[in-house]
Amino acid sequence: MRRDASHRKMIEDLERILGPGRVLSDPLRLLAYECDGYTVQKGRPSAVVFPGSTEEVAAVVRYLHRHRIPFVPRGAGTGLSGGATALNGEVVISLVRMNRILHIDYENRYAIVEPGVVNRKLSERTASRGYYYAPDPSSQQACTIGGNVGENAGGPHCLKYGVTTHHVLALEWVLPDGEVALVGGPNGDDIGYDLRGLVIGSEGTLGIVTRIWVRLLKKPAGVRTVLALFDTVEDASRAVSEVISRGIVPGALEMMDRLAIRAVEAGAYPVGYPEDIEAVLLLELDGPEEGLEEQAREAVDVCRRRRVRDVRVASGEAERALWWNNRKTAFGAMGNLSPDYLVQDGVIPRSALPEVLARIAEISRDSGLRIANVFHAGDGNLHPLILFDSRNPGETERAVETGSRVLQVCADVGGSITGEHGVGLEKINEMAKIFSPRDLDYQMKIREVWNPEELCNPGKIFPRPARCIDRQPPLGRPASVPV
Amino acid sequence: MAAPEERGRSAFQWPDPPDPDKYSACVHCGLCLEACPTYQELGLEDQSPRGRVYLIRAAAEGRLPLDGALVDPVFRCLDCRACETVCPSGVRVGALIEEARGQVFAARPARGGPGRLQRLILRKIFPYPGRLRFLARLGRWYQRSGLRRLVRAAGLLRLLPPHLREMEAVLPDIPARTSREQLPPRWPAEGTRRGRVALLTGCVMDVLFAGTNVATARVLARNGFDVVTPSGQTCCGALHVHAGDRETAKTMARRNIDVFLSEDVDAIVVNAAGCGSALKEYGELLRADSLYREKAERFSRMVRDISEFLAEAGFEPPKGRIDARITYHDACHHCHAQGIRRQPRELLRRIPGLELIEMPDSERCCGSAGIYNLTHPELAGPLLDRKMADVPEGVEAIVTGNPGCMLQIMVGVHRTGTSRKVLHTVDVLDAAYRAEVETT
Repeated sequence: MRRDASHRKMIEDLERILGPGRVLSDPLRLLAYECDGYTVQKGRPSAVVFPGSTEEVAAVVRYLHRHRIPFVPRGAGTGLSGGATALNGEVVISLVRMNRILHIDYENRYAIVEPGVVNRKLSERTASRGYYYAPDPSSQQACTIGGNVGENAGGPHCLKYGVTTHHVLALEWVLPDGEVALVGGPNGDDIGYDLRGLVIGSEGTLGIVTRIWVRLLKKPAGVRTVLALFDTVEDASRAVSEVISRGIVPGALEMMDRLAIRAVEAGAYPVGYPEDIEAVLLLELDGPEEGLEEQAREAVDVCRRRRVRDVRVASGEAERALWWNNRKTAFGAMGNLSPDYLVQDGVIPRSALPEVLARIAEISRDSGLRIANVFHAGDGNLHPLILFDSRNPGETERAVETGSRVLQVCADVGGSITGEHGVGLEKINEMAKIFSPRDLDYQMKIREVWNPEELCNPGKIFPRPARCIDRQPPLGRPASVPV
Repeated sequence: MAAPEERGRSAFQWPDPPDPDKYSACVHCGLCLEACPTYQELGLEDQSPRGRVYLIRAAAEGRLPLDGALVDPVFRCLDCRACETVCPSGVRVGALIEEARGQVFAARPARGGPGRLQRLILRKIFPYPGRLRFLARLGRWYQRSGLRRLVRAAGLLRLLPPHLREMEAVLPDIPARTSREQLPPRWPAEGTRRGRVALLTGCVMDVLFAGTNVATARVLARNGFDVVTPSGQTCCGALHVHAGDRETAKTMARRNIDVFLSEDVDAIVVNAAGCGSALKEYGELLRADSLYREKAERFSRMVRDISEFLAEAGFEPPKGRIDARITYHDACHHCHAQGIRRQPRELLRRIPGLELIEMPDSERCCGSAGIYNLTHPELAGPLLDRKMADVPEGVEAIVTGNPGCMLQIMVGVHRTGTSRKVLHTVDVLDAAYRAEVETT
């Protein structure tokens, strides 16, 4: 009863702060906000609010902080690790209505955007002037730049151009207590601590960004996209290593295995790959026209020497777009093969790929779950997609366990458990695979500087001591880590 | 670990519920979000394609009752299927929405005036071409007898909500005779006979755009096809499927199947995008009907949009000139539901003198969406404004291939106060053929 009354009061207060129509509180309507792109864990928020400005975000956060009500920031909800999921009924602060491109400075090559701007929209908006925003996560047609900052998102072309943090110059940042700060600067280098770098990739645990200064790049003058079909993954991997070792720096270098190919070919953008091909390699070279042709020839030559079955260069923009659309919808296309999937985000040394894939195949056989592989081959970021059906009792648990075993393989070969999807809820328990308790403790101390009571996106990234000990530490006291 | 979900009795207790195979194909990736006009407008997860699919699944699993939280998103969907074009997993969102609406229609007795009126129109008017014709005559009488002038002068239209007032203002003059009255049972091919096709005359097309139906038959005959217009045919049932009245739709589908399959034709040609996709989905609609399923599938395989048919069969490029600049709007049920994009443009580009200027986002819904512009003006209005803002400067006509879009865009033209024409693709092609005669 008391809870109902306090909930009702919270809704009234939030409505007073934001105005009518900006607070969603009907529990049935909140059902659609139970999860993001990671569907294994769910939690229904107690409310979703839609602020329209920095001031409104700050006012909402101040209010929630004052009343010790936990909250979770959310963009488009395309994240793959549950970072935007309100697992314990937190208030979701949706940034989708803050979707304006505020300013574009072509002369100094940057733009100021609100967090709800869809990634691809910025590139579309600046295309006519020959500019674009480089980080290109595969979900770029829907994901928001605010979410990209939260996750320090990557994408196929990050091989050459770097991930989100390399393209964000400054941030306006609403701290977990509602204070507003500005970090970084549009002219680049910062004096003192790089707080901008700290906020980027903090998965919403250090506050909410409300304005973002991003770099704009001039579109490369020339592009050559090479498509190579291989009969073995091993040949394809060796071709990747050889391209890199020859000093060619592709804009992107992507690989898909047979099961992944089957999914995308059943999807919205089929290329027409032969059914019996084991690996597809997509290699893109870009930069000044001069020398591109030569590099493309060299890449083709490397593939030929690695027994490629078929290799060709895109005939034009239409074919290039088809190849990329096909590749970029790989995750979503898993629905063609299975009702549910779990994507892992391991990083491995490129040279270990054949070995890792063999071990993943073993794990797949052992678990009885099919695993498709999509690979940012150039930088060793592997995405094994574990297919399962949550309607079968016990299968979800089996998928999670299988994912954990796959990540252990990545850690064993000297890699990492996440390249670009974030830890979120999904990989909390995997953190111990690469960090010692001491390492984790240092990181949590940083969180405590701004988010000591864990009101802002609680229960994300770091294992909670409460899981291991009986009593939760009183709020406000630094959390300790079990040794 | 995932909390075990509370699962109860499915909210879908009537026959023909949303198909579990269709909703379990959705992996919740969200790539559909920005393609969805209602999500673009509202920014709400429950008003997005994946959100709606999620809610339908939750209702099937007994976690959500057949109530407002489901009914509103399901009915606020335009059924434009833009999400299907971008969905990597091929989730058939449109079919799921229609099936869910079927449950709502069956579960909720029509309450209040608008609901009753809608049911009356769906069940007592559209299935009967004679009654539709009678209404058309009434409308024509209203337009021509002086009553309209009187009503307008007396300011009675102010009693109507603004969107209906606009619709009244732009409604084209209703022809004296419906296309079914004008078309002979068999229109013989000109020149070498290449085949025989049957024409669906539809309901709105038949009474409001009778001239376009006649033009369609003339263009087909001009290209060597005998055109039969079976008199026993009825409305395609698309509006019924959209409204959730699946049982009436099925009755009409069976009738059309019987009537058209008894004709010995190579194809069933239709010139309305919405009707075309409904006909192509008869197989789906009647999948549980053991008597009709196979026939329905055979029927659906024979259906062709007029632009699709001409592009496939080959058509004679017109020699008559039309000196005009036009733009083309893709009806959702052309591009998203049937994958028809190239064919109408092919027809238009072959017309001498005609300059086709593409509009940006030509595949975004204009807000017509069947009768959506009547039921949800608060969303249809902004969509229409966006569409009109996208019309390139200097074009004299907006061409499209669906009566609903034509009416909606006529409202748009009226709103923007320009004198642009709104034409059907076939009207333009037919005009080019007829210009040949005049020039020779």
